[in-house]
Amino acid sequence: MIETERLTKRFGDLTAVDGVSFKVDEGEVFGFLGPNGAGKTTTVRMLCCLISKTSGEARIGGYEVGNDGDSLKIRKMIGVVPDNVGLYEALSAYKNLDIYGRLYGCPDARRKENIQRFLTILDLWEKRDVAAGAFSKGMKQKLAIARSLVHDPQVLFMDEPTANLDPEAAKTVRDFILELKKERRTIFLNTHNLDEAQRICDRIAILNTKLMATGTPDELERMVGNRKTVVELENASDQVVGAVQKRFPAAKISVDGVQLSIDVPDAEMKTPDIVQAVVQAGGRVHFAGVVGSTLEDTYLKLVRRDQ
Amino acid sequence: MRLSQAWIVTSKDFALFRKRRNIIYSVMVIPIIVTCLLSVVVWYIQHKANGTVSPAELTVLLPAFMFLYMILSGIIPTTIASYSIVGEKVEKSMEPLLATPTTDGEILFGKWLAAFVPGVAAVVGFGSVFMVTADVLSHGTLGYYYFPNWSSTTVLFLLVPIAIILSVEWNVLVSSRVSDVRIAQQLGSLVLLPFAGIYLSGELSLVDLGDIGNLLYIAAAMAFACLLMLYAVQATFQREAILTRWK
Repeated sequence: MIETERLTKRFGDLTAVDGVSFKVDEGEVFGFLGPNGAGKTTTVRMLCCLISKTSGEARIGGYEVGNDGDSLKIRKMIGVVPDNVGLYEALSAYKNLDIYGRLYGCPDARRKENIQRFLTILDLWEKRDVAAGAFSKGMKQKLAIARSLVHDPQVLFMDEPTANLDPEAAKTVRDFILELKKERRTIFLNTHNLDEAQRICDRIAILNTKLMATGTPDELERMVGNRKTVVELENASDQVVGAVQKRFPAAKISVDGVQLSIDVPDAEMKTPDIVQAVVQAGGRVHFAGVVGSTLEDTYLKLVRRDQ
Repeated sequence: MRLSQAWIVTSKDFALFRKRRNIIYSVMVIPIIVTCLLSVVVWYIQHKANGTVSPAELTVLLPAFMFLYMILSGIIPTTIASYSIVGEKVEKSMEPLLATPTTDGEILFGKWLAAFVPGVAAVVGFGSVFMVTADVLSHGTLGYYYFPNWSSTTVLFLLVPIAIILSVEWNVLVSSRVSDVRIAQQLGSLVLLPFAGIYLSGELSLVDLGDIGNLLYIAAAMAFACLLMLYAVQATFQREAILTRWK
């Protein structure tokens, strides 16, 4: 549904986005992770035909980004939730959605139906006649999401949709994104909230001007590669440590109190053998399992390495 | 250019203006005050100032007063255009608007219409009211109805619309450089200077503002300025420039 190839944007001497290539399939929630200034918003703006690309290619739904003839078609098939909600605060929630529905060319009946549907789902229908300026941050964010959906877009770009929201409002927004995913909408989610990305994205790309990595949350977690077997014992004696080292001579073993950390390749497969060696050496096991790097580890490693 | 798309932008701005009292005041109250004051002056100089005004002097004053409506036409769009554009910047609503399938030209034309229509309606409307009032008040001195005449018609239906166009264009340029509505209004008001200069020239008898030929020259010069400014506005009102370079 979304495809970029060596997409680049320069502002004078500053390269904001450098040769970014990725592909987002239909119905996928694609997370775009990166620190501030990584080029996330610039990428979204290019894809939404709001700013031009310097070089490279991008296509949405088969239409070419940067082609004047295709720009209007792309903007018609996408919905955008910018980082600043940008509502007309003096106008009612209903009027805000109605204006955008008309601008997107949504027919009257469908527009009214969609406004009612999304305001109801987002728990704003009762407040449809209240000026948007009187809404809380969370309600404004929900209204901005409803606005982006009023014309039933196939692709939704969301730029930091839960930033500055309290935990409850953030959860409502996240749950709603998962509802949209069930409707097979393609969602491109800009965020620097790793937990959020991990919870709702099918795949994640880590950007720091350049694309550092792309994969499922699990793939990215494994990327830094330091998954270890951890065994918690009643007593981590030298005898037990020696037995494990003898069974796995290449393993790096560290002892922290009653906990052994055994760094071996393919930790999941080796864990039963490790436990067996511990028990045979007289160790009493309280817990055994594989712990690995988190998405945060991968993210920080990639971003710091780049810096 | 899809006029229907531009009209949605215009009607959206109208809906916002209706919620802002200061815009309504500037569109309605200022022309009312100007019309009342000018009418009182016309009455006063004939009835209270010892009746010293001659018909010849009155026929110099009335077109000069009429010309004040051109100055008024610079004030009203300044308020509207600055709210229309700087207001969007302040509310950060420009990005979602630009993300809709609407061209830059359609948005610009929609915003232009939103400032032009109420401006023309107010100035032409209250200018017409002044003509009627002045006719009633001056008939005794002149012995005939001074308005309407070619010069007043030229001012109201040619100079005023051109002045409003010029004012809107200038305010779009100003609005792209500032992010505060009041500063935009103050800088936008600079468009009044040439109009005030023409008015003063009339008052100092350097230009006869009752002469249709002079008014047409002024109209031609203003139309030329409009054209030049249109190029500048088109270059300024570009989607990418709005998002990345506008302050």
